Amino acid sequence: MNIFVCISNVPDTTTRIKYKPGNKEVDYTGVQWIINPWDELALTRAIELKEANQAAIQKITVITVGKADAEPTLRKALAIGADDAIRVDVAPEDAYTTAVQLAEVLKSEKDALILSGVESSDFNSWSVGGMLAELLDAPSVSAVSSLNIEAGNVVVTREIEGGKQTITTTIPSVLIVQKGIAIIPRIPSMRGIMTARTKPLKVVQGIASQPMVKVLDYQAPAQKSSCRMIDPENIEELIDLLHREARVI
Amino acid sequence: MNFEFTEEQLMIQQAARDYAQRELIQDVIERDTHSIYPSKHVKALAELGFMGMMVSPEYDGSGMDTISYVLAMEEISKIDASTSVIMSVNNSLVCYGIEHFGTEEQKQKYLRPLARGEKIGAFLLSEPEAGSDATSQRTTAEDKGDYYLLNGTKNWITNGNTAGTYLVIAQTHPEKGHKGINVLIVDRDSAGISVGPHEDKMGMRSSDTHSVMFTDVKVPKENRIGEDGFGFKFAMKTLEGGRIGIAAQALGLASGAMERSIKYAQERKAFGIEIAKHQSVAFKIAEMAIKVENARNLCLKAAWLKDQGKPYGYASAMAKYYAAEAAMWITTEAVQIHGGYGYVKEYHVERLMREAKLTQIYEGTSEIQKIVISRELLHIH
Repeated sequence: MNIFVCISNVPDTTTRIKYKPGNKEVDYTGVQWIINPWDELALTRAIELKEANQAAIQKITVITVGKADAEPTLRKALAIGADDAIRVDVAPEDAYTTAVQLAEVLKSEKDALILSGVESSDFNSWSVGGMLAELLDAPSVSAVSSLNIEAGNVVVTREIEGGKQTITTTIPSVLIVQKGIAIIPRIPSMRGIMTARTKPLKVVQGIASQPMVKVLDYQAPAQKSSCRMIDPENIEELIDLLHREARVI
Repeated sequence: MNFEFTEEQLMIQQAARDYAQRELIQDVIERDTHSIYPSKHVKALAELGFMGMMVSPEYDGSGMDTISYVLAMEEISKIDASTSVIMSVNNSLVCYGIEHFGTEEQKQKYLRPLARGEKIGAFLLSEPEAGSDATSQRTTAEDKGDYYLLNGTKNWITNGNTAGTYLVIAQTHPEKGHKGINVLIVDRDSAGISVGPHEDKMGMRSSDTHSVMFTDVKVPKENRIGEDGFGFKFAMKTLEGGRIGIAAQALGLASGAMERSIKYAQERKAFGIEIAKHQSVAFKIAEMAIKVENARNLCLKAAWLKDQGKPYGYASAMAKYYAAEAAMWITTEAVQIHGGYGYVKEYHVERLMREAKLTQIYEGTSEIQKIVISRELLHIH
């Protein structure tokens, strides 16, 4: 079995997002790019599984839809421990076009367990994994919080209302993973960083695809009020503010 | 001229930052308060390759350049300089010394486990009465034919108790002065070694600093590094590189304190506005940024010279002097910006201030760095 981890290249989660004039496009000037945190956890779990099941898992491939500027993010995934990488040379437009491009590459992979983070931390559409499974006509399991290989079977635990559900799934399938799949994202070792540059990073051309979403307008959320320090000896002021300003008591 | 880092260098910086901000931060205050050695962190950093960063992969190191080392040291030191000094001594003094001046046999036997971080190294130069004046070594390594007999006391030894491998500087031919000094690789478990109590320090409290006593310790002749009498030159050459590590540590203390000050100044209000909007605070932050930028550039220049195989002793002395002075000033002002909160442990800056003080003292005091710099300019050798 091969594991494919879909990687979204997203702005660092501490980035202050700005928009270009007209508020129809994000201004990415000066942005630091990272692996989408959910995808990073998925990759971490894939590596843990491969380390523990050398016989069952042959290879971990990371795949992204993006232009050349997404390559440092793929290199980091290789440094963390993926065996090879694929970049579909298309600027991602919406969840659907991303899923179409991924499906085109992955449709020939029959012995594949495909992992997709539940959402990306930039556009949060929660859609790519489900669309990808549909386009591949493969089973999909959502809200996966635990993944194991037991006696050659893929055993998955998912969060459901009021509890957890454990199921097995066939191959190929798409697992849409959330927090819990791994606890701490793996930090690349020096050796991993040095070998990343020699690992294969294949660039494939995309296919024609029309987005289904048209952005009309972006709006920044209202600015959070800043932290206010109250002198510990001034409890009355704290009570007054909680009552009068925050209106919580 | 190129101020861009490579993709690998940026990944190393990020890896060090991730480890420091996710892991080291968790127990840093507790370790500082109770002087607890960061065993699990040293092990984890070793597994990531940070304990033998610049050692060739041929000897189980990571094969990174000195620029990467500076970037990693800065990130680790922003959070925990006690851990970064363990890293610095192992990397830039012990591993460097053995890799560059040791024999093939010494590298196979001693460098490999040090580069993997399975063993930690210590560099034993300072003595109760020989600190800055390193020529006055009282520890003796008496030539007994096929071994040296080591006697004496070393002081302020970082990794003094946890180290598995010591590099000991000792006098063999007192009549030759500093040209009679040797450097010996000594196994920590050799008979006749005793370690003094843990020093109760002002800062860097979770690194284990001890005095180490040698009483008739037999050291095989093949454990001498270099020719007979090479020890003082070895120490000076090795410390030239060690200064880059400590300069980068001071840089991390400086930039860490600055980052905390910027964050705090934007949150804390006084007289109805964020204190960052008061010019007295804003100007302090501007001065911090200028000093951090200068310190970083000096560190990177020294590292670059070393990577290019060019002389770097003058540059590393400047980097060490400047970064240490900047760290002391910036951490002190960071406490001032934080006011009362800066004076309690929870906000970290008081610890950074205590740690910064040591960067002006160890691996060559600020005054010694000025001697190195001025002698270079005045052609005094």
